[in-house]
Amino acid sequence: MSVLTEWRAPAPEAAEEQNALYRAWADGRGIFSWFSVTTHQAIGKRYIVTAFVFLLLGGIEALLMRFQLARPDNTFLGPARYNQIFTMHGTTMMFLFAVPVMEGMGVYLVPLMLGTRNVAFPRLNAFGYWMYLAGGLLLYGAAFTGTMPSAGWFSYTPLSGPQYSAGKGVDVWAQMITFTEVSAMCVAVELIVTIFKLRAPGMTLNRIPMFCWSMLIQSFMVIFAMPAVMLASTVLLLNDRTIGTHFVNPAEGGDPLLYQHIFWFFGHPEVYIIFIPALGMVSAILEVHSRRGIFGYPAVVLSMVANGFIAFGLWVHHMFATGLPQIAEAYFTAASMMIGITSGVQIFCWIATLWTGRLRLTAAMYFIFGFIFIFVLGGMTGIMLASIPFDLQAHDTFFVVAHFHYVLIGGALFPLFGAFHHWFPKFTGRMINEKLGKATFWVLFVGFNLTFFPMHLLGLKGMTRRVYTYPAELGWGPANLLATIGAVTIAVGGILFIANVLRSLNAGARADSDPWEAGTLEWAADSPPERFNFAHLPVISNRYPLWAPREQQGIVVGMRNDRREVLVTSSMDAEPHHRLVLPRSSIWPFLTALGFAIGLVGSVFAFSWYFVSAALGMIGLIGWFWPHRPVEIRP
Amino acid sequence: MSSRSLSSATAAMCALALFACQPEKQQLRPAPAQVAVFGDAARESDIQPGGRESQPQVTNPFHGEADAISQGQRLFSWYNCTGCHANGGGAIGPPLIKMEWIYGEEPSNLFDTIVKGRPNGMPAWGGRIPEYQIWQLVAYIRSLNGLEPQSATPKRQDHIEATTETRP
Amino acid sequence: MKARAGAPLLVSLLLTSGCAVSYQSGLDPAGTQAARITELWWFFIALLGSIFIIVMAMTVWPLFHRHRGINQEPLEQRHSPSAATERKLTRVVAAATGATILILLALIVLSVITGRATAGNQVTGNHLVVEVTGNQWWWAVRYMNDDPTRILVTANEIHVPVGRRILIRGMSQDVIHSFWIPNLQGKRDLIPSRITTEWFEADKPGRYRGQCAEFCGLQHAHMAMWVVAEPPAEFEAWMAHQLDRAPAPSDPVTQRGQEVFLGHACVLCHAIRGTPAAGQVGPDLTHLASRISIAAGTLPNTKGNLAGWIADPQTIKPGNHMATVPVDSEDMQPLLNYLESLK
Repeated sequence: MSVLTEWRAPAPEAAEEQNALYRAWADGRGIFSWFSVTTHQAIGKRYIVTAFVFLLLGGIEALLMRFQLARPDNTFLGPARYNQIFTMHGTTMMFLFAVPVMEGMGVYLVPLMLGTRNVAFPRLNAFGYWMYLAGGLLLYGAAFTGTMPSAGWFSYTPLSGPQYSAGKGVDVWAQMITFTEVSAMCVAVELIVTIFKLRAPGMTLNRIPMFCWSMLIQSFMVIFAMPAVMLASTVLLLNDRTIGTHFVNPAEGGDPLLYQHIFWFFGHPEVYIIFIPALGMVSAILEVHSRRGIFGYPAVVLSMVANGFIAFGLWVHHMFATGLPQIAEAYFTAASMMIGITSGVQIFCWIATLWTGRLRLTAAMYFIFGFIFIFVLGGMTGIMLASIPFDLQAHDTFFVVAHFHYVLIGGALFPLFGAFHHWFPKFTGRMINEKLGKATFWVLFVGFNLTFFPMHLLGLKGMTRRVYTYPAELGWGPANLLATIGAVTIAVGGILFIANVLRSLNAGARADSDPWEAGTLEWAADSPPERFNFAHLPVISNRYPLWAPREQQGIVVGMRNDRREVLVTSSMDAEPHHRLVLPRSSIWPFLTALGFAIGLVGSVFAFSWYFVSAALGMIGLIGWFWPHRPVEIRP
Repeated sequence: MSSRSLSSATAAMCALALFACQPEKQQLRPAPAQVAVFGDAARESDIQPGGRESQPQVTNPFHGEADAISQGQRLFSWYNCTGCHANGGGAIGPPLIKMEWIYGEEPSNLFDTIVKGRPNGMPAWGGRIPEYQIWQLVAYIRSLNGLEPQSATPKRQDHIEATTETRP
Repeated sequence: MKARAGAPLLVSLLLTSGCAVSYQSGLDPAGTQAARITELWWFFIALLGSIFIIVMAMTVWPLFHRHRGINQEPLEQRHSPSAATERKLTRVVAAATGATILILLALIVLSVITGRATAGNQVTGNHLVVEVTGNQWWWAVRYMNDDPTRILVTANEIHVPVGRRILIRGMSQDVIHSFWIPNLQGKRDLIPSRITTEWFEADKPGRYRGQCAEFCGLQHAHMAMWVVAEPPAEFEAWMAHQLDRAPAPSDPVTQRGQEVFLGHACVLCHAIRGTPAAGQVGPDLTHLASRISIAAGTLPNTKGNLAGWIADPQTIKPGNHMATVPVDSEDMQPLLNYLESLK
């Protein structure tokens, strides 16, 4: 039973207030309202569902690749199709699934965890989602009409340049990045402001939930990293391909390594952008199911911050084979190994939490244990790869493929599945089936290791990446077949998960607001939360408000309920500062995104569409920012 | 999204997939007929005894294909067309980016020029390079003049600074 | 029932997955540099593997010794773990962190030392310089020499003398490739408009297969090469023979074959020293018959494979830049005879 439900006991006038809240925060019905939604729960769910669709598409692409590689000299896919599919797989997973799903979890959970009603910029939130959707539709719309990029998910030049990648595939890829990165930046900006300024009174910096810390750090990383990939893809590559520049054309004085530097300056932080929210999820889930606060809270937070900083100093480890000066490369070896310290501190703190907690082994906890196993293994191979001489043997082989799938799937996907199982009651109001969840875990765990562990060996035995086939006499067949069997097993696990979700949505036990007896504020809201999250905004004095004695908790009074109001507090100590009126539903974010999308998609074909994009976007922005009748200010 | 709208969206996407964009087609293995060396593609005269018959139009099988134009770009350099024509601007041979074509600008005319050669120095490539490569070269030359679809024409080569924008 | 049948299959697959050949394997070093790297690798495996096992043991330990009392309230509500416990844990975590830092520092130092040793920058003076140029999807090889008449141009196969330092100067004609012979040394990217260099030295005679290790387009999977390490005397003999021009045809069929070669599109791309054929954009064929493989390691060099390759290269290596040259059936045998004569 939730501690907070008691002090939301309604008094007679409270019912009237609650009705006002419902009216103020309602999403509205009908198709027009659907496009105008600005509440964070709806947009968060849209991110997650859309990202999941892309996960399935990327998974199908992976299965196709594995079917082709199951046997030597296979003819299931020809080289052109295989190259397109592995490009689509990487692009989909990295740009259209991994980052957006973390953004979506952040958009949904952060306001709930902070004790506020919405993110700081609701219309920007909506705009970010529409841009993301537009980018995904651009890539897959082009793919389904025969235009696919085939130069890999990082599109090295000159292979991806106009001479060696004919057609529009790479142009589509480059412009899709514009959409997804604008979307990520929108979410980053709003989450930073939300986490700094919209916290519940009393939530000082050292009381912020772990997941919110991770989203804060990730958002700062996004702001510094995403411009680099937009630069690489749009300014360097797309201009070379469409308007005749020579930024990365070696034949006319450009430099292909410039592209690599700028891309990987984004690319390495990108994987930490995916990974750090997962760390926050792990901490959050561990706390609840060990029934104690995370051990070493300051150490874990500072480790994540350090992780975020150091991640920007590693990028050349993707370029060790390019013949850069030894001493420069040695610096990156040092940094790449040192980042192991930040991960290590967190793992030790989690182990300490497990040792002294009262463990409740739910399906979510299974995924956490699986995460630790897989991620630490991936981290070990990462340390090996940080060493230049070894990297020069393993780079661009299946060893690297194994490594990054271990750290990405183990480090991000397993915590994400744990998070799905853990927060499922909160999102949907139903309990997810624990037995099926545990079965899902085992199938995914076994399937994952079966798929990717043999790849370590394959890489060391000489199998390079991105090959559509391999000769029989090299003896790589059995390991590849094993990997394909594992891939099918992963697919079965995915199907089990979907079945579990669908069944639990329809027939799962109803969940109250706090089925896990957790400590953080999101569990004070209803399951699923009302659009206004909390009937009264909480005032807290403890890191785990729901575990603290009832007398120590308070509520905010005096807010207006007939409009969308939130309380802005100070950045450090969360002292109340002023009330902020947030906008209601608005169609303008969608229209602005549509305007930009039309122009940016057209720009793939002709430069003049950039002007169309600017014009349509400007119209949208004018509508968006059109000043309304001033709201009267009352103290 | 309702399941009905989802299924109709899927159906629309499948329909679109059938009409795959021509510019992205890649013909990696030339059809046998395109490997044999061909004779003429275009007539040299409009006059015909016994009343005009319509001339069967020989079209470029690679028209509008970005990959074929890219192959033509490669072959233009590999087979040393650049030796006389530079990168389209002409050197000791006439330019190939121009308004006035001596022997005609239709794909069939260009095909004949390459296969049979022309007076004053154009070698006869027929009998040397296979027919499908000649068509790829034709596609490339046409693209230099903006006569191929924009979406299939590369905006620049790696080796020259000229662009391939449409001629004025 | 199905699981029991599946288990032996999986076990046998697991066991046989180690059965890959050793001539394209980083775990079977045949050169000085690769040997150092493999030593480093085994050390890493031992150290990091042990650490992994320890960390996993610490992680799963609470599963076996967890505190009972699943119905207890959250610790924070009534009592957190005692301050003494927290202090002890702090010390343990700090110690583990300290150990991590020290281990990582040691690994950094070890890596840098191994890196310097395997980079082999100490120029001994008695090294052989080989220029390798990556093309889509074959390797152009040039043995450099101060005497221009002894510069050897060949393709897709490198012979090296055992025990002598080899300097590879890498370039690319088109996109980024990567030169990698796992048994001998790490890889080095071949980047257009740049020259990258790498040293290696073979310890023992043998044939080692290498493969392009940077995605370079449609036939990246089939861009392989052979490095043959042989005793110095054999190497000199090979070199001397390779520098010779192609032998003149000795019988009418082979003569006819040469005419077929010279009369078709072959001469536009390929060169055979000693004939008018001087194409530069495709592999040099002067001593084609002496090579282990054709099509950059794709097929063993046999008459049948050569016939299939010439007749239909796009089925064997779809998308590669070899033209499908129409050769009449009565011309094919003489042509093959001629090419087989280019020993």
